[in-house]
Order: sequence, then structure tokens, then C-alpha cells
Amino acid sequence: MTPRDDAPGAAPGAGPPAMLEIRDLRAGIDGREILRGVDLTVAAGEVHAVMGPNGSGKSTLAGVLAGRDGYALTAGTVRYDGRDLLQLGPEERARDGLFLAFQYPVEIPGVSTVNFLKAALNAVRAHRGQPALDALEFLALVRDKLRLVEMDESFLRRAVNEGFSGGEKKRGEIFQMAVLDPRLAILDETDSGLDIDALKVVARGVNALRDGRRSFVVITHYQRLLDYIVPDFVHVLADGRIVRSGDRKLALELEQKGYGWLEGATARP
Amino acid sequence: MSDGATQTAPSAVDRFLAPLAGREHELAGRGPLWLRGLRRAGRERFVTLGFPTTRQEEWRATSVAPIATTAFQPAPSPAPLSVADLPPVARLDLGGPRLVFVDGRHRSELSSTSPAIPGLWLGSLTRALDERPGAVREILERRGAAAGTAFEALGAAFLDDGAAVLIDPGTRLDPPLQLVFLASGRPQPLVSHPWILVALGAGSRACLIESYGALGDGPYLTNAVTDIVVGDAAELDHCRLNLEGPGAHHVAAIGCRQGRDSRLVSRSLTAGGHLTRHDLVARLEGEGAECRLDGLYLPRGEEHVDNHTTLDHARPHGSSRELYKGILSGRSRAVFNGRIIVRPGAQKTDAKQSNRNLLLSNSALAHTRPQLEIHADDVKCTHGATIGRLDDDAIFYLRSRGIERDAARNLLIRAFADEVLEAIPLEPLRALAAGLVAERLPRAGTTTR
Repeated sequence: MTPRDDAPGAAPGAGPPAMLEIRDLRAGIDGREILRGVDLTVAAGEVHAVMGPNGSGKSTLAGVLAGRDGYALTAGTVRYDGRDLLQLGPEERARDGLFLAFQYPVEIPGVSTVNFLKAALNAVRAHRGQPALDALEFLALVRDKLRLVEMDESFLRRAVNEGFSGGEKKRGEIFQMAVLDPRLAILDETDSGLDIDALKVVARGVNALRDGRRSFVVITHYQRLLDYIVPDFVHVLADGRIVRSGDRKLALELEQKGYGWLEGATARP
Repeated sequence: MSDGATQTAPSAVDRFLAPLAGREHELAGRGPLWLRGLRRAGRERFVTLGFPTTRQEEWRATSVAPIATTAFQPAPSPAPLSVADLPPVARLDLGGPRLVFVDGRHRSELSSTSPAIPGLWLGSLTRALDERPGAVREILERRGAAAGTAFEALGAAFLDDGAAVLIDPGTRLDPPLQLVFLASGRPQPLVSHPWILVALGAGSRACLIESYGALGDGPYLTNAVTDIVVGDAAELDHCRLNLEGPGAHHVAAIGCRQGRDSRLVSRSLTAGGHLTRHDLVARLEGEGAECRLDGLYLPRGEEHVDNHTTLDHARPHGSSRELYKGILSGRSRAVFNGRIIVRPGAQKTDAKQSNRNLLLSNSALAHTRPQLEIHADDVKCTHGATIGRLDDDAIFYLRSRGIERDAARNLLIRAFADEVLEAIPLEPLRALAAGLVAERLPRAGTTTR
């Protein structure tokens, strides 16, 4: 449980105050430990990429941070803005400004996108002490954000994610992120299943939301996304631990060498 | 439920018929002579059939023991009431006439039927027997008391009051017609046998709302028969709101006969009643008839709802769409049995049936059974049934956007119900139905995962 000084990505330094501090996070599912001591510190305004091979624990990390049920949290702490994140329900995390862009956005038949977003936005705004938007203000806001991801207004009337193409689902996630205006966004393999044009649209949407204060954790298998969303830091997650941290060059190195050369590094006691 | 062996004890049948010993004479004095024969036929058939048991295929999942073992009596005297005492469903203002019945008796002082509408005869069955004996006799005798379930036969044995809606050919009615049947729900167990006749002449059109409710929580039995005839090229939108009280046993036979190119929409909402059994039979007797059956049932607590529907395609080019959805909470039970018959020669029949059940608790139970009997070779018939729970992934997705868990659940439940609710054509009715769904949702904190 004691913080390790050599833990990559854990250097708390004298920089800006940490928005997210993950310390020795251990979590599993069905009796199998998947995260085996993750350390990661994200300061306000930073973009961190977390890369790793399949099964390294990337989606588990995203799920644990967003508060998905079903994980056994066995050790470690996660502090978000100084608060114990793991004590909060998913809706409380969302209202406090945490957003997860799902790898597989869930289809919800019968619930229109516009009603869903209105309910979500008003819940978030109420928590921030802001009044609910009236119909016109809401429409103006969502129209503006739709343009950001180049989506048509007809999208609002459709049921949440129902019958959306892969690209529409991912753009929809970025659109929701833009509407909800989070402080920390976790993008879970937002690039998976996207063609290059859709990838560019998604990346443009994300980049438009980089404002020096909002933080991002971009989880991806491939470095391709990082050509468009340029990270400040790159971390490699392998076998449930962050085994290497660096800057963008690390991602390019991974592109060339694959993950194999790093996986040996996980064999720690 | 409990075993069926004890239900057939002759004493139950005798006890139900006992009031006739004193009453038959009085009933015989009411209405024309031919009605006496019809009542007797009903009585004899009821004696022959007895109460159904769970050994019978059609009643396998629904025991009527709670009915057979209770000494239900006809209401001795009318309860003094004013309009202000009535539940919201009896005061719903839709701009059309409304007949109100309490414990099976028409109550003109609680009804509003003026001004008269040209082409429409609307009134109590008792009055219809006086004023429109020919039409009433034709409908009653065509259906016959020697058909249908034991409960229908029992209703025929006591046939006395009810409602008649007779619409002349070509009459297109705009304001919806309302029939409201209330039980006083007094402490002693009462029974009523309302009989409702609806006949739409060729080319006519109407919207009819048939509602059931209670003024008190006492035990009672509503044994209703609704007999609907939709003439050639006529259109009927029939909404049946079953909002019975907690002490209610509600048994209903709803029979519809459709003429050529006619169109029937039947909507059934069940939100109340301890034990409910609906037997709905729609016969598409004319070529090109269209029938749509929508249903929404919301049992909670210990409630039991059984919907048996039959779509009988007798002629070519008929189409039917059936969508029954259930939202079950507590320890409730729901039964759906959807039968589709396609008679020989009913070619080009297009029938689609769907039953979906949403279980909100681990103790709720739904039975669903499609029953297709197809005797023609050029037809399209599909059916589907599901029994499921709220999607945990969907709940997490909604929560991850800031929506409370209970609000997320309610959004999903409402979305499930909306497929039926949003098709309801009248806004006040839709709002009433939506309110019932909301009212029946489990309260925050009482839900279990």
C-alpha cells in the first residue's frame, strides 16, 4: 500500500495540483486480479495516453474510474480533486465533472437522445448550482455541440445509440462530452472501429475541448489516434501495471516495436 | 397458485346461483320473454361447466379459487353517491357522453349523456331492451349464452343491466364515448355482471373508452362481458382501462366481430385488481379486416393478471398486429396466452404478435405462450415473446452521465411502456395512463438489485 517512488507516472512533483491521483490501484473481476497496482497522476489541463495490449487492464481501469459495478477493489486509492473517487456512485462522479466515453456505447431503445441529454445536463447543472436550461437555451447548446462532431440534428430525435453506426456512436460520445462539459474525460478506445475520416472528426472534437484546464485520459491500443490527439504523456499498461511512461516518442516506439519488448517489465514481485 | 381440485365443489356453483332462487322471478319480470330463455341457457351452461380449474389448459396458470371460495352477493341497494365521490377515471372529461355504473347498476344521476348525438344510441342495457329490442336481441342471440367461458355463462344467467352503444351506418363520431363501471368496494363481497353491447353500423366510426374502478378497498367480483360488432368498413378505437381496486377480482370476456374492410384498435391497460383475467377474442369475419391489439399490464404486490387473446382470421387479406407489454414488480404474476387462428381459405393473412415482459423484482413471474393454428398456406405469421429485466449496462450508461439510479430505472421503464402509451390517440387519456405507470413504479430505495 505504500507509494513507490519508482512508480512510473506517479511523480507528484511541484507542478499544478493533481486532478486525478491513482495510487497502487488493484482491482479484479470474478476472483481474477486485473489491475495489479496502477499509479497515475493527471494534473489539470494535461492529456495522458494509456496504451497497452489486449487484456492489459485498460478497460478495467476506465470502468473502475467511472464506477462500473462488478469489480472487486482490493487495494489502493483514487483521489479526484482531493476527494476519494471510489466512494462516489457513477452519477456523483459524472456530476463532479468526470466523463467516460464508452468503448461500446449502450443502445437504449425508447429513450430519445434529446430527452436523455436534457436529463443528464440538468442533473449535472443542478449539482453545480446552475439553473436548468429552458428549451431554447438547451437547443442552442446542443446544436452548437453537434456541429463540433459534424452530426445532423435528426440525431437528437433518435433513441440513444440505437441503430447507430460505429462512427456515429463514437461521435455521439464526444458530442455528449461537449454538452456535459466535464473536467476530466476518459476516452476508452474511442478510436476502435473508426475509419480515418471518423477518427479525424472525433479528434477534432476532442481537441476543441482542450482548453488548458480540462484533463484527458486517452486509452488506446494504437498510436494512430495520438497523431491527432497529441498527448502530453504516454503510459504503457501491461499486465495490470504501468510499466513505462514517457512522452509522445514512446507511442511511436511502440508503433514500431509492438508491446512485446515491454511485457517482460511486468515480471516484478 | 393453489390446486384446482377444491374449486369444483358443487357448493361454489350453487352459492353463486343462489341469488337467482329469489331473484329469477324478479329478473324474469324485467326485459322481454326471450331474455328469460337466454338467462336459463346461461345458468344451465354454468352448472355444466362449473368453475374452471388449473387442470384445464386455458386456466393452467390462473386459479379462480379466490373467486369460487368467496360468497359474493349482488349489491342489495345502491350506494348514495355524487359525482364528486368518483375516482378520476370516472371524471375524465373528453368532451363526449359518459355512462356511469355502480355495482353493475346504471346511475343516470352520475352520468352525462346530453345532448343526444344523431346516429348514436347510448344508454343502459335495461333501457335498450325497451327502446331497441330488435338490435339487442340480434346481438345477444348471435353470440349466444351457449358459448364462451363459464364466467360468461354465469354473466348470462344474471343478465340484467349493462350498456348498449348502437351506432347507425355512416355515422362518424368525434367525441369519445365513455362507459365507467365502478364497484362501491364495501366490506361485504359484492358481485356485478355488466354486459356491454357495442354495434357499429357499416362505414361508421367511433372511439369508446370502457373503464373499471372502485370507490373502496373491499373485496368484489366484476364479471364483465363486452360484445363488439364492427360493421363493414367501420372503425372502432376501443380503450379498456382496468383500474380496479385492491380487493377486485375482475373477469372479462371481450368478443369482437369484424366485417369486411373494418378496422379495430383494442387497447387494454391493467393497473389494479387482485386477480384479473381477460379473455379477448377478435374474429376477422370479413375480408380485408384490420385488427390491432395493444396491451399494457402493470401488476405489483401480489396482483395476478392473465391476458388470453385470440385473433381469429376467418377470411382472406386480414391483418393483425398484437403488442402486449407487462411491467411486473413485487411478487406479482402475469400470464399471456396469444392465440392466432388462420382458418382454411384465409389466404394473405398478415399476423404479427409480440409479448414483452419486464420484471422489476426477483419475485415477480411472467408466463408467456404463443399459440399459432394456421390452416392456410399463403400467410405471414410471426410471433415473439421476451421476459427480461432492466439492462444493467443501460442503467450504468445513464448513471455515468449524471442521472440518479432511480431516475435511470424510471427512464428505462417509461421507455418500455411508451411503445403502447404513445399510440393512445387522446392526450388526456395518454396522460392518465402515463400517470398510472409512474404511480406504479417502485419508489426510490425500495428497489433491489
